[in-house]
Amino acid sequence: MLSRINLTLIALACALASSSLAADQRDPEIADFILANGLELVVIPDHRAPVVTHMVWYKVGAADETAGKSGLAHFLEHLMFKGTAKNPAGKFSQVVARIGGQENAFTSQDYTGYFQRVPSDELKTVMEFEADRMTGLQLTDEVVLPERNVILEEQNQRVGNNPRARLTEQVDAALYLNHPYGKPVIGWRHEMEELSRDDAIGFYRRFYAPNNAVVVIAGDVGPTQARALAEETYGKIARHSALAPRMRAQEPPPVATRSLTLADARVEMPSLQREYLVPSFTTGKRGESVALEVLAHILGSGSNSHLYLGLIVDKQVAVAATAWYDASMLDMSKFTINCSPRPSVTLPQLEAETDAVIAQLIDKGVTEEELERTKTRLIADAVYAQDNQASMARWYGTALTTGASVNDVLNWPERVRGVTADQVRDAARQWLDKRRSVTGYLIKDVSPQAEKRS
Amino acid sequence: MIRLVASLFCIAATLGVDTSSAMTIEKIVSPSGIEAWLVHEKALPLVTLNYAFHGGAAQDEADKAGTANLAADLLDEGAGDLDGKAYHERLEKYAIELSFQVSRDYIHGSLRSLNEHRDDAFNLLRVALASPRFDADAIERVRGQVLAALQRDTTNPNDLASRRWWQTAFPDHPYGRESKGALETVPRIGADDLRDYVRRVFARNELKISIVGDVDAKTAATLIDRAFGGLPEKNDLKPVANAAPSGLGRRIVINVDVPQAVVTFGGQGVSRQDPEFMAAYIVNHVLGGGSFSSRLYREVREKRGLAYGVSDSLVWFRRAAVLLGGTATRADRTADALAVIEQEVKRMAEEGPTPEELAAAKSFLKGSYALSLDTSGKIAAQLTQIQIDDLGIDYIQRRAALIDAVTIEDAKRAAKRLYGGGLLVTIAGRPKGLTSSGTTE
Repeated sequence: MLSRINLTLIALACALASSSLAADQRDPEIADFILANGLELVVIPDHRAPVVTHMVWYKVGAADETAGKSGLAHFLEHLMFKGTAKNPAGKFSQVVARIGGQENAFTSQDYTGYFQRVPSDELKTVMEFEADRMTGLQLTDEVVLPERNVILEEQNQRVGNNPRARLTEQVDAALYLNHPYGKPVIGWRHEMEELSRDDAIGFYRRFYAPNNAVVVIAGDVGPTQARALAEETYGKIARHSALAPRMRAQEPPPVATRSLTLADARVEMPSLQREYLVPSFTTGKRGESVALEVLAHILGSGSNSHLYLGLIVDKQVAVAATAWYDASMLDMSKFTINCSPRPSVTLPQLEAETDAVIAQLIDKGVTEEELERTKTRLIADAVYAQDNQASMARWYGTALTTGASVNDVLNWPERVRGVTADQVRDAARQWLDKRRSVTGYLIKDVSPQAEKRS
Repeated sequence: MIRLVASLFCIAATLGVDTSSAMTIEKIVSPSGIEAWLVHEKALPLVTLNYAFHGGAAQDEADKAGTANLAADLLDEGAGDLDGKAYHERLEKYAIELSFQVSRDYIHGSLRSLNEHRDDAFNLLRVALASPRFDADAIERVRGQVLAALQRDTTNPNDLASRRWWQTAFPDHPYGRESKGALETVPRIGADDLRDYVRRVFARNELKISIVGDVDAKTAATLIDRAFGGLPEKNDLKPVANAAPSGLGRRIVINVDVPQAVVTFGGQGVSRQDPEFMAAYIVNHVLGGGSFSSRLYREVREKRGLAYGVSDSLVWFRRAAVLLGGTATRADRTADALAVIEQEVKRMAEEGPTPEELAAAKSFLKGSYALSLDTSGKIAAQLTQIQIDDLGIDYIQRRAALIDAVTIEDAKRAAKRLYGGGLLVTIAGRPKGLTSSGTTE
């Protein structure tokens, strides 16, 4: 999902106060409300086009599933389109289509979201439908069973047909020894095949409620109207009286360097994936997560990064090399490195060279020049983000369902600005420790039975 | 409880009112005579540029397919006095986003910058277009990346099905080739080929430019001259022949060991300039357009659970137009999914949409247009496409009336024309009970 907690105009005005942009006063007006029933509402006005993005985010994801029911959060996401007593299956989608809207939904380890993008004068319409299905879902086997086939095909499409996605599943499963983040969001097939209507309804009743939801509206609407509409629609739903806290089994301190190899007959390009167990914004101490964000950029984002220059340009052992860190997780997150070797290079050689790039960063640190360049780039991303109301809505929704607050989002540029070269080096030294990691090799399966498997 | 994060200025009731004053598109001409379309949008301190030069992958020699794509990948890998590393450092230092992309007929570019760095941005673009270096080490590095991707594609069912579809539909025509080339052709491309491509294509005639952002007409004109003003007057393109997809009625199975079979299907499309285009576009939305309400989505996914996704769309080029769709289904049900798709296509050809479906599709296509114009990048890209398609600067205002003008008779006629000619189907996987059929290869 999205990689970074983001920010807004106000934060920007502060962050860029020293530059010529400070003169560009542009009416910041993000608002955050909590209704009496516990539903949180965030409004991000953007009046450039007569459209709104309306999203409801539930604070429940795959990591909240009961053991043995992997894929259930995502299965329920699909089933949420199957109708209520008031609005039979298909009606919501027909109305969205008729008004020229777009809609979809998504599930992660920590949250489940539903959205519509519609002309702004239809905002109330979609809020009414979304509020209706917050507690009004009705399911029969007639609609549940074909949909289970759909998610199995989705699993095939995303994972079964894709060796790299299969490798990621294996590395994740090895990284998280105890935490449910080790299970794929889409689920393990043998468990997906057994998911039932009762499983879905039970999960729905436990987690779908106004006091477990955040509504984010970005676009051509003011906070006052948005709030009034939310009171009229979501405000009528009773709060869940026994909402359980999100309790997930946590990781023990990692102590062993792990490695694994996945052989797949379709692999034409071997690759290497390394994941380290690292703090998220929410679990980390002050400043840890933002230092990891800067580190990920300097180490492995774009053609100026250490991995690109070291492995692709200088040593010429790789054709691709990237690093990536997701700050927005409720529990312990991961720092991921992906590399693909040049044809004549073996994966152990590539791994050794990758380790050498990391060791050099830990040894020599980063230069002030590259640190400043990276900060400029990260902070500019925030300005660019404001050009897209749907991105803004996603950033706020992600933050608020993974343990961060609106203010945390607003302060993000300030935190980026405060990162020092020492903090980046310390983050690399402390977290890029191989005992915290899993290294996965993806290789071609050349065994005779590989050809026959179907 | 209310927690205001920022002071509130906007309290007025604006719901139900079209609050965006209609977007104003200005046609500007630079001092050196280059035309561009401008939307002066002051809400954010940004400028977004989108442009296209006529001359894409269809300009490649058959034995050097991938030339245009490789050139595009190398434009930011060193230009003028800057080697690739220095060029990328400059981009990052000023947070400038620059990209190039090759399609069959065009090379498209985009540029995004904060206002305060826009001079640097347009300077960097100028050198990339006017004096790309094509240094030997950069060529080999990027060539290695392209070849690695092509190698990976050789067992990817999506690429296999798609590649075979295009090869079969357009044999001996540049549209039948992949823009990024092939494993045999990319190693043959030399620095001279890349320079030759750039020399022939980067010129001021047939250049379409759109700018959106906090920039006035005079400044925009200056920036345009800075980036494009020094380019040659006229391009030097090879002609591309008109073509129509062949192989309709055929089914080709490509054997690859994957759990899910990937299906590409398609047929003759409708040219963007064709008077029946809008009717065809609406009809196709009913059959397999992107929403959750299309006939294919309902029949294949909702009712039968045969696939996660199924859709089709109209695709048009300068010299051909096709209808193209796809799905992915488990091997033991691929035949069922394909039968449903073929039946729905046939039914649409024979009966056309119902009046209700036509009305719903019109309503969707009118309403959703605003969603494709809600970011600077989308607006700029859309304006460039409107220029490429030669639809006129007032097209955005006229579009709704063009949609409304389509009658049920128009729709039925377009459906018959669009779906009556048969489909070419390619399937990558192990679809149970399905084999290649139709004319032998």
